[in-house]
Amino acid sequence: MTRKQRRLTLIGAGLGVLGLAAALVLFALKDSIVFFNSPTDVVEKHVAPGSRIRLGGLVKEGTLKRGDNLQVSFEVTDGNKSVPVSYTGILPDLFREGQGVVTEGALNTAGTFKADSVLAKHDETYMPKEVADALKKQGHWKADGGGYGLAGAATKDAPPPAGAKK
Amino acid sequence: MIAEFGHYALVLALALALIQATVPLWGARTNDLTLMGVAGSTALAQFAFAAASFAALTAAYVGSDFSVLNVFQNSHSAMPLIYKFTSVWGNHEGSMLLWVLILSIFGALVALFGGNLPDTLRANVLAVQAWIASAFYLFILITSNPFLRIAQAPAEGRDLNPILQDIGLAVHPPLLYLGYVGFSISFSFAIAALIDGKIDAAWARWVRPWTLVAWMFLTLGIAMGSYWAYYELGWGGWWFWDPVENASLMPWIAGTALLHSAVVMEKRNALKVWTILLAILTFSLSLLGTFLVRSGVLTSVHTFASDPSRGVFILAILVIFIGGAFALYAWRAPALKQGGLFAPISREGALVFNNLFLTAACATVFVGTLYPLALEALTDEKISVGAPFFNLTFGPLFVPLLIAVPFGPLLAWKRGDILGAAQRLMWAAALGLVALAAVFAVQGGGPVLAPFGIGLAVYVMIGALVDPIERIGLFRVPFATTVARARGLPRSAWGTAVAHFAAGMLLFGVIAESQWNAERIVSLKPGESVSVRGYDLTLDGLAPRPGPNYRELIARFTVRQGGEVIDVLTPSKRTFPQRSMSTTEAALLTRGASQLYLSLGDVGSDGAIAVRIYHKPLVLLIWFGCVVMVLGGALSLSDRRLRVGAPKPARKAALQPAE
Repeated sequence: MTRKQRRLTLIGAGLGVLGLAAALVLFALKDSIVFFNSPTDVVEKHVAPGSRIRLGGLVKEGTLKRGDNLQVSFEVTDGNKSVPVSYTGILPDLFREGQGVVTEGALNTAGTFKADSVLAKHDETYMPKEVADALKKQGHWKADGGGYGLAGAATKDAPPPAGAKK
Repeated sequence: MIAEFGHYALVLALALALIQATVPLWGARTNDLTLMGVAGSTALAQFAFAAASFAALTAAYVGSDFSVLNVFQNSHSAMPLIYKFTSVWGNHEGSMLLWVLILSIFGALVALFGGNLPDTLRANVLAVQAWIASAFYLFILITSNPFLRIAQAPAEGRDLNPILQDIGLAVHPPLLYLGYVGFSISFSFAIAALIDGKIDAAWARWVRPWTLVAWMFLTLGIAMGSYWAYYELGWGGWWFWDPVENASLMPWIAGTALLHSAVVMEKRNALKVWTILLAILTFSLSLLGTFLVRSGVLTSVHTFASDPSRGVFILAILVIFIGGAFALYAWRAPALKQGGLFAPISREGALVFNNLFLTAACATVFVGTLYPLALEALTDEKISVGAPFFNLTFGPLFVPLLIAVPFGPLLAWKRGDILGAAQRLMWAAALGLVALAAVFAVQGGGPVLAPFGIGLAVYVMIGALVDPIERIGLFRVPFATTVARARGLPRSAWGTAVAHFAAGMLLFGVIAESQWNAERIVSLKPGESVSVRGYDLTLDGLAPRPGPNYRELIARFTVRQGGEVIDVLTPSKRTFPQRSMSTTEAALLTRGASQLYLSLGDVGSDGAIAVRIYHKPLVLLIWFGCVVMVLGGALSLSDRRLRVGAPKPARKAALQPAE
């Protein structure tokens, strides 16, 4: 083989593998991505029952109910609309009413969100970014620490006032 | 005082880095040996000041000096001493300081051991290292100064994030950074070669051990992080395809490709331009990883301490370095001389195959990680790309790669015999098929993927051993001859076999864990029992226990198998009042390479506690695989040819008398 043929073989193989990778990516992107929705999105966009989404917001105060066999139900709100969620299993360590949460699952025909995973923030000041954005959109974001106990995300890295004691 | 000292040392380190970044470069251009010599001494001095700065911050932490803002935010006087040390890098500012410290260590190592490098190459390499260092010193001093004071010192600190209070954290970030930052050496060498406009096999011989060292640390770092997430987060998962995990995986894949292409360059003087590109790419991905983790652009469990305003600075570093490197590459690479020829079916061809698939796999991870960011920036639509995406893309690309792995070492350089190699791999393939059939028969209607995955893993493991077994003539020649041959076989050949074998082990563990794990989530009252895969667990009782800076609730489980008590497990739930956070301490029972995993949930109103129990078959093979892979790297590193200061290649020595 001449140098040119060898180079063509190489380039051909390279393009082939890249093509394969691109095809896989496109195929996977079509089927396996999950859209994030706020409760308002869910209500207004009429998300179809059974399609897999992420639902994020705050756990509405006073809605957390624990049933038998680790069944849990609560409502996720963005201050405007709220969506009932049911989940079976162990909630994350930092799951609490009034705090940010992201759940993944699908709506059933009755309008309840059946979550199969619940992600909560990992420390007391962390707010999932999507949740923070969704709340800002609804005008319920309070960076000064009032409101929904959201103090953290916006101010967490700011230095405390001089002499601050906790 | 100590904080000001650390701050001052950092400023001096920056000044030294700026000198190191410019003077030697000028020396290399004007061929002035004195100016080039500045590189070595400034690199060492810069390391000394970076180390002093880091020591100062460590002293502030160990002494619980809460007048330093960073210490106040991330430490607590009651914290065990070990965590006072580790919390130095358990936060953004400190971890960036660790980053530059490691960068300066690598620079100092090149200065110390680079005596046999050509002068201009050494000067250029150290100058490029100093550019990177300067950028990060500036980043720390301007946006993330760990030495800021609080006017009135608080009496007590806010404590370190409890999930970081773990021995895993002591080890994970330094190892990971040694890997990330270690790739800066191959980057600097690549840039230096582009500046110089010449590159040869000696260059590859120099770059390969550094790349190998960085790759080994990164492998260990990722494995350690994975194990830490496994036992500390309480979910029993060892890989989540979380963007931050991907951020460390991408440089690892690119680094693996670089290791392989550097072999071709060293042995056959081919693939030069490609190797340079990979070196640039690998470190660019390391920088990207730093950016993703440190800028807070990601929604991720790892972005504990992030701040978007810093992101802009790191993004600027990213754009300047990656953009600059690629521009230089586009300008200078065509001038590099073409290397040796080889047929598509040859050792070189196999390594190219490896490179193609690794880079394609890396690209899919890249797309999966950054696509959500790009989409959100462009359309405001928020999506998450999770495990299914990566399983669908990464998985299929790794299958042909793994099938090809045993072929590589069996093919000759320049022109190989693929049929011959296939014949020699008959046994490996046959055993793989036997494993496939056996798994299929045993598990019956179990997961479909399992038999194929296990079959492939067995094939890779056996296939990796074919080359050394044939070369030492195992069972064909007298045993003494075999031993003698085994000793005579180059360490790098053993290293290759061991590392490839480890890839098979890793796959075995991944398949076994993902396909056969059993999970039970139950709510138990004291005295009640539950059974998982033949293990009967009885909850004996719950008891509170105080800790140094937390309270914990311990559950006592007696584990029985076939009626006999085999162990007592005590998973616990810790509450850290300072941060009003709690963590789950899982309890693990190791039987062979399999583990029983217990973690606690909440206590219900009826006094029952939620318990998550997993049985994870052969899960430890995942991390053993990584460790064995690193051992393979270490074997290869100990090969005489690669040892720093090894004699120059014979070809050159033969040429010298003629001069």
